[in-house]
Order: sequence, then C-alpha cells, then structure tokens
Amino acid sequence: MAYSDKVVDHYEHPRNVGSMDKDSTDVGTGLVGAPACGDVMKLQIKVSPEGIIEDAKFKTFGCGSAIASSSLVTEWVKGKTLDEAAAIKNTDIANELALPPVKIHCSVLAEDAIKAAIKDYKSKTGQGEDEKAAG
Amino acid sequence: MTIPSIGRRPGQPIYLDYQATTPCDPRVVEKMLPYFTEKFGNPHSRNHAYGWEAEEAVEQAREQVAAIIGADAKEIIFTSGATESNNLAIKGVAQFYKDKKDHIVTVVTEHKCVLDTCRHLEQEGFKVTYLPVKPNGLIDLAELEAVVTDKTAIVSVMGVNNEIGVIQPLAEIGAICRKKGAFFHTDCAQAVGKIELDVNAMNIDLMSISGHKIYGPKGIGALYVRRRPRVRIVPMINGGGQERGMRSGTLATPLCVGLGEACAIAQAEMGAEAERLRGMRDRLLGGLKQRLPEIYVNGDLDNRVAGNINISFAFVEGEGLMMGVKDLAVSSGSACTSASLEPSYVLRALGLDAEMAHTSLRFGLGRFTTQEDIDYAIDHTVKAVEHLRSLSPLWDMHLEGVDLKSIQWAEH
Repeated sequence: MAYSDKVVDHYEHPRNVGSMDKDSTDVGTGLVGAPACGDVMKLQIKVSPEGIIEDAKFKTFGCGSAIASSSLVTEWVKGKTLDEAAAIKNTDIANELALPPVKIHCSVLAEDAIKAAIKDYKSKTGQGEDEKAAG
Repeated sequence: MTIPSIGRRPGQPIYLDYQATTPCDPRVVEKMLPYFTEKFGNPHSRNHAYGWEAEEAVEQAREQVAAIIGADAKEIIFTSGATESNNLAIKGVAQFYKDKKDHIVTVVTEHKCVLDTCRHLEQEGFKVTYLPVKPNGLIDLAELEAVVTDKTAIVSVMGVNNEIGVIQPLAEIGAICRKKGAFFHTDCAQAVGKIELDVNAMNIDLMSISGHKIYGPKGIGALYVRRRPRVRIVPMINGGGQERGMRSGTLATPLCVGLGEACAIAQAEMGAEAERLRGMRDRLLGGLKQRLPEIYVNGDLDNRVAGNINISFAFVEGEGLMMGVKDLAVSSGSACTSASLEPSYVLRALGLDAEMAHTSLRFGLGRFTTQEDIDYAIDHTVKAVEHLRSLSPLWDMHLEGVDLKSIQWAEH
C-alpha cells in the first residue's frame, strides 16, 4: 500500500510522543481502540486553568495511518480550548493525511481519542455536566 | 556460482521472501534459452528432427525431476505448477475411486489450493477430515491413524509449510497410509530441493512439485504418480493424451528443461546450501533475540527447513511493522493490506491469538542471500521494532506489568 508523504513523515518523525501523569488533575487521558483490532491510541492533554490545552502527548499501537492520525492531532489540539479541540472532525484528519477509504477508521479513532481525553479531564474537574451539554 | 546482483538491486528492498518465489538461477535460464529459438520443435512431433530434439530435452528433464525424489521418469507428469498438481492429484484420485471410497484427509495448515480443492470436493459429496496441528505446526500421527479408514481414498499432507517452514513426518505418514490402504499425496512445493525426499522409502504415492520455488521458471511444475502399486487418476485436462493421458496439452519444452535443470542443481547443491542457509538463519534469529525481548518463533525450530524463520514481535502492530521494514521484501502474517482483515490461518491454527498472528514476519532466505543481507536485516528490523515499541502504549503497559488481557477494551 502506498502511504502519503504526510503519513510517512508522521510515522518516521512522530510529534509529541510520550506520556504524562494520568493521575494529575490538569491531565486528561483518552485510551481508545483494542489490541485485537490492531489499533490502540492513548492521547493525553494538559489543560491550563484558563481551559487551554497547553500540551499533548500520544502513544499509539497501530498501522502507519493510526500513528500519523494521533501524531497529527497532538499538534492540532495544542493551544486550542477544549471546545475547539472537541470540534476537530475525523474528516479533517483524513483529508490532511490523504487517508485512503480503508484507513478512515484511523482518523475516527483519533477523533474518539480527543473526545475521550477531554471527557476524562472534565470528569476530574467536575465539569461532566458541561461535557454532556456540549456533546 | 553466486551472482551478487540477484535479489539485490539498487533502490529495491533486500529480497527475503524465498518461500513466495525464487529468482531463476542463471544456469537454469542458460539451459532454457535454445528451446525458445533454434530448438523450438513440438516434443510430440514424431516425424522430424525438430520434434526429436525437443522430446529428448523433455525426457532428460523428466529424468532430472524423477532423480531428486527417487522416482522413475515414467512416474513424472509435467503440469503448470504445484497448484495444478495439487488439484490433479486430489480431484483425480477422488474421482477415480469414488465408487468405493468417498473420504479425504488433509490438514488445516495446507496451502489454499489444497484446502480449496477439498472444499470443492465436499460440495460434490465427498467427506473431508481437516486434521488440526500441534502448537509446533506438526500433525499428531496418532490422530492421523485414527481418522484414516477403509473409505479414505487419499491423505494429503504437505512436506514443508510455506509460512512456518515446518517439516511434516512424511515417512511416518506414508507408513500409516500404506498400512491403511489410502493413497498418500504430499504437496512438496516447498520441500523439493530443501530436504531429502524418497518416494519409495517414504511410501509417497503422489507428490506435487513447483518450478519457481526451486530457482526454476514460473508456469511449470510436476506431479509424481506412482506406478507400482499403480495410482489411477481422472484427468482434468482432456485432449491429445500427452503425459500418459493424465495431462493433455503440448509440453512447454523450455519450461520443462528449466525445471529439470533446477532439480539437478538443487540435488547437487542441497546439502551445502542447507548448511549455509541454516548458518545465516541462526545468525538472523540470534541477532534479533539478542537485541529484542518478547519475540517468538512460530512453528517448530528443529523440524524446519533451513531457509525459513517466522517470528512474532509482541506489542507492535503488523502493518506498522511492515512499514518500518520497508528495506526488506518479507511477508507478514497480517492480512491488513488485503481485502480481508483476518490474520494468517496457519498461525491461528498453531493457537496464536490474533494480535500475535498480526505481528509476525516471515523471513525467507535463499540461494542468493548473503551474510551482509542478514546483518542489514537484523539492524533494520531491530530499529523498526524499537521505534514502534517506543510509540506503543501496549509496550508501556507490558513494562509496567499490566496484563493486557485483564483490560476491558472497547472493540471497534
């Protein structure tokens, strides 16, 4: 299968690889996917008191498109508010990386990872109701 | 004669997929060439010298094929390849003996062309038993003995598995079949030229042979059909009655010559070649094991051809791994890139879970593989696996001692 240059670039030089303290109150962690399906993404966001995503880290088990999708969204969410980050759509990710139809699920998983990380952060800070209203 | 340029072209990955196919040995090509041009006669033309020289070449090739398996030349039929040979052997025997026998025995890890042939025969009313394999990929002889009955027309068990390289106990299987009165067919596409074969010592009644797996041309194979005691088959291709009526059609003289020469070379060089390949294979496995924890060999390591190693790399994903080893032409147990998302049925038959089957690589070493290739392959594979593990949340969990099976994953 031929990968787009952007997928190859993210695969070979992934951005923001790493982990943050998942127990910290200003960190939200999203873990989505399953090993049996061939994709597991862990996305973590660090949120400022003003509600801005200051930092993002990822770790992904999966194909090149899954790695690229999660690497890309760590770049995109940084500096965004939680609402702005939650508005990132899988189609934006798929278009940016030129994913073929069989790889669309990788972008869907990356979108799910963002939403899961935001949800985790909000549940820690008692904003669960806001999340429901926004969602 | 080793030609370094074979399997090593600038800008192309290093070829380590010798179970998929092999390059034609230049010595084979050289023998074939005259039969395309000046010696172009129809080997079945009886009236002139063009026919006679072609016939002589074909018959010499038949002798060479017979010699490598301890058969008589009269027992060799040329076909288009091992797929046709497997079809002809199994369907041919089943059809011929169908009034008395209606049962076939084969193994779950056989090549698709054997399994699909058996499925086809099931639709025609034959009963098929698919034997399981042990975790090392070998069949249980007691289990085989238990399922072969006086209704069993044919037992089909491959000599060497194409994915994991394990060698089935052919002599023991042959003895059971002979005792029970069932014909023994073996798909030896991956075995000929790799291990010693003797159709008489092993009680083999039919054997499929492939040209392009043994440095011969593609598009040619052979089927060995025992004459004493005689095995009868119904032909699939009818016509001029060539190949003793079992496979009509004008023989492809250059391809026959190529297969014959490939067999002759393999027979002469098999011992030294196997030793050289085993050394490189052990170097590859040793190098990977030394630098990478959590890697597992699939299939029995002792009962295995020298040129194959199949390894699962835990906590990395198969397709991502293939992308990482882009400088190597290898095969993966993961079928992610094909239409189906099912991992290798052979690895699943060994009891591997889907994750471990997905994350396997098959390294196939062959005549033109060099130690330099192997050292590069070790380094390249280690770097790819380490890179992917550094990205893998599963690897982190493993290092933290988390049992991945204990986690409730959201299957998607």
